[in-house]
Amino acid sequence: MLKINDLHASVEEKEILKGINLEVNAGEVHAIMGPNGSGKSTLAAVIAGKEEFEVTKGNVVLDGEDLEDDAPEDRAHKGVFLSFQYPVEIPGVSVTNFMKTAINESRKAKGLEDMPANQMLKLIREKAELLEIDRKFLSRSLNEGFSGGEKKRNEIFQMAMLEPKLAILDETDSGLDIDALRIVANGVNKLKSKDNAVIVITHYQRLLEYIVPDFVHVLHNGKIVKSGGKELALELEAKGYDWIKQEATV
Amino acid sequence: MAYTEEELKKELETKEYEYGFYTDIESDTFPKGLNEDIVRAISKKKNEPEWMTEWRLEAFRIWEKMEEPEWANVHYEKPDFQAISYYSAPKAADPNKSLDDVDPDLLEMYRKLGISVDEQKRLQNVAVDIVVDSVSVATTFKKTLAEKGIIFMPISEAIQEHPELVKKYMGTVVPKTDNFYAALNSAVFTDGSFCYIPKGVRCPMELSTYFRINEGGTGQFERTLVIADESSYVSYLEGCTAPSRDENQLHAAVVELIALDDAEIKYSTVQNWFPGNAEGKGGVYNFVTKRGICEKNAKISWTQVETGSAVTWKYPSCILKGNNSVGEFYSIAVTNNFQQADTGTKMIHLGKNTRSTIISKGISAGKSQNSYRGLVQIGSRAANARNFSQCDSLLMGNECGAHTFPYIEAKNKSAQIEHEATTSKIGEDQIFYCNQRGIDTEKAIALIVNGFSKEVLNKLPMEFAVEAQKLLEISLEGSVG
Repeated sequence: MLKINDLHASVEEKEILKGINLEVNAGEVHAIMGPNGSGKSTLAAVIAGKEEFEVTKGNVVLDGEDLEDDAPEDRAHKGVFLSFQYPVEIPGVSVTNFMKTAINESRKAKGLEDMPANQMLKLIREKAELLEIDRKFLSRSLNEGFSGGEKKRNEIFQMAMLEPKLAILDETDSGLDIDALRIVANGVNKLKSKDNAVIVITHYQRLLEYIVPDFVHVLHNGKIVKSGGKELALELEAKGYDWIKQEATV
Repeated sequence: MAYTEEELKKELETKEYEYGFYTDIESDTFPKGLNEDIVRAISKKKNEPEWMTEWRLEAFRIWEKMEEPEWANVHYEKPDFQAISYYSAPKAADPNKSLDDVDPDLLEMYRKLGISVDEQKRLQNVAVDIVVDSVSVATTFKKTLAEKGIIFMPISEAIQEHPELVKKYMGTVVPKTDNFYAALNSAVFTDGSFCYIPKGVRCPMELSTYFRINEGGTGQFERTLVIADESSYVSYLEGCTAPSRDENQLHAAVVELIALDDAEIKYSTVQNWFPGNAEGKGGVYNFVTKRGICEKNAKISWTQVETGSAVTWKYPSCILKGNNSVGEFYSIAVTNNFQQADTGTKMIHLGKNTRSTIISKGISAGKSQNSYRGLVQIGSRAANARNFSQCDSLLMGNECGAHTFPYIEAKNKSAQIEHEATTSKIGEDQIFYCNQRGIDTEKAIALIVNGFSKEVLNKLPMEFAVEAQKLLEISLEGSVG
C-alpha cells in the first residue's frame, strides 16, 4: 500500500530525513520508534505533504501512485490520515461542523454529493460512542480548551469518521492517562481491518501494549537503523536508545 | 445550523421582503457644486414643504463652518465637495446593454453569491423584463404591514405623508450639528427609508431596503429614520450582499433609531460597496453616522458586517437614556488589499441600570488597515451601569494591520466595565491541519474566519447570515497565497 523509497527531506536547507525506506502493506501495523529529534514527526509530516519540508530525493508511493505532486488535501482524499502530535485549535468551529466539512470535501473530490444530514448524524453518533465521547463535546470549538487527552481522543474520533486507508498516529499516547490510552487504543483496534494500515509513531513501548505492531522500526538521525518484530519495542524499553545509536555509528 | 443551505435558499426565494419598494426614476442631474441654491433645488425637486427646506438650509449653513474630521486612522485624498453633483438621478437602463458588456469578474462574483440573472441585470443597469409575480408579492407585503399600522416608505414620501412624525423625530438623535458628514447629509439627502411601528406592534417580517439600495444613485446621501413606538418590535435589514460598483466616490448616510419605552429595534447591515481594486485604485468612501436612542426598558441592537468600501468611517452608537435600557453592538469588519476601516461604537449610559455589550471582530488581510474605535461613557446618574466589550482581531499575512482604540469614561462609581481584546493570526499550522483533513486552503480560511466571526454571524437574521458567510469567503479569496 505505502512504499517509501530512499526518502530525503530538508527544512530550511537542513536535511532531516536521510534516506528512508519503508514498505507497509494493507492489514499491517507498523511502529516507528526513536529518540527525540530522530525525524519521526518529520516523516509523518512529509507523508502527509506538509509544504515546509522539501523532498530532495526519493519518493512516497501510495497504491502505486507517486504522491509528489499531491497537495496535502489530495493525499487526504486518497486516504492518508495524520493524527497530530499537537492538534491545533480552531475557535468557533465545532467538532461536528469541522467533520462535516472534512467529509463533504472528500466526497466532493470523489464526485459525490454531500452526505445527507441524517446519515451524518448517525455516523457521528456511532463513532462518538466507539470512542466514549460525550455528545456535548461535539459542539465545542475544535480543540479549544481541550485537555491533552481530549485532543488525542478527538484525533482518533476524526480518524474513525474519515475511515482512512493509511493512518499515521504521531505520538498519540503522549498526554494520555491510562484510561484514555485504553479508550484510544481500543478505538484504533476496532478500526483496523485487512484493507487499511496503521503507522504508530511513539517514544515509549506503552501504547504498543494496546496496539500491537507487526513491525517495529527504529529511526535514528533520519534513517531507519533497525527493524524487527514487536519484541524490538520491549528491548528498547529495557535498554533505551543508546545501544542503537552506538550500533548505528559503528 | 438546523437546516441546510439549500433549504434556506428555497426559503429565501419565497421571502416577502425581497420584493420591496422602488423609487421613481428621475431623469436629470444637477450641476456640480454645493450652495444654498442647490439645497433649495433638491428640496424643490422633492416637492418638500417649507419647513423641510429651511431645515436643510440650516444644516447647510452649519456644514459650511465645519471642517472634515481627521482623527480617524485612515488616509485618503479628501473629496472636493464642489466637484460632486448633489442630485444625480438613477441611470436609466440602457436597452442596448447586455450582460456580455459586464466585467466578467463581477459576473463571477454574482454567480458565487447565487444572484439571479434578473437581479444581475438590475445591478448592472441592464434592462429587465417586468416580472409580474414580484408585483403581486409587493402588494401582499404592503397589505400585511398596513393592517398592523406599520409605515414603511421612502423618506421623501414620509415627509409628504407623515410630516408630524418626521418633524418630531428627524435630527433628534443625530443633530445637524453632530459632525461634518451628518451636517452635509442633512443638507443634501436625496432619499432613504422611513419606518414607524405603532405601539405594541411586533413587526411580523424583517423590513429591508434590499432592492432599493441596489439601484444606481440612491446610496450617496441616504437618510434613514426608524421609530419604534412603546412596546413595539422591529428587525430592520439594510444593505445588500451583492457588490455595488457605484460611481459615487462618497457615501455619507445618516441613520437614526428611536426606541420608545419598552420597544426593541434590531438593525442589521451588510455593507459591500466597491472596495477598490487589488492595487487600491478607486473604491467608495463610506462616512456614515448611525445612532439610536433608547427610552425606558428599550433595547437597540446593531449588527454589522462590513466588507466593502475603500475607506470606512462608521460608529453605530446607542444613547441609553432610559433606565434599564440595553444597547448592543456586534460587528465584523473585513479589510483586504488596500482597504481601510475605522469602525466601532459609542455606548452612552445615561439611565440607571443600563447595560451594553460590544463584540467587535476585525479581520485584516492584504495590505489593509483595520481599526476598532469605541467609547463607553457612563454618566454621573447612570447608577449600576454595566458594559462588556470584546474586541478580537484576526490577521492574515504580514502586511496588514489591526488597531484597537477603546475609550472609557466613567463618572459613576457603581459602573462595571469590562474590556477584553485578542489578536490572532491564521497560522500555517491551522491551514495544514485542515488540509490534512481534506479541506483545501480557500475553504480552510473560510472555515477559520467563519468560526472567528461566529458570535456576530449568529446575531444576524438567518437568511442574512448565510449570505454574509458567503460574502466573507469571497472577500478574502486569494488573500493567503
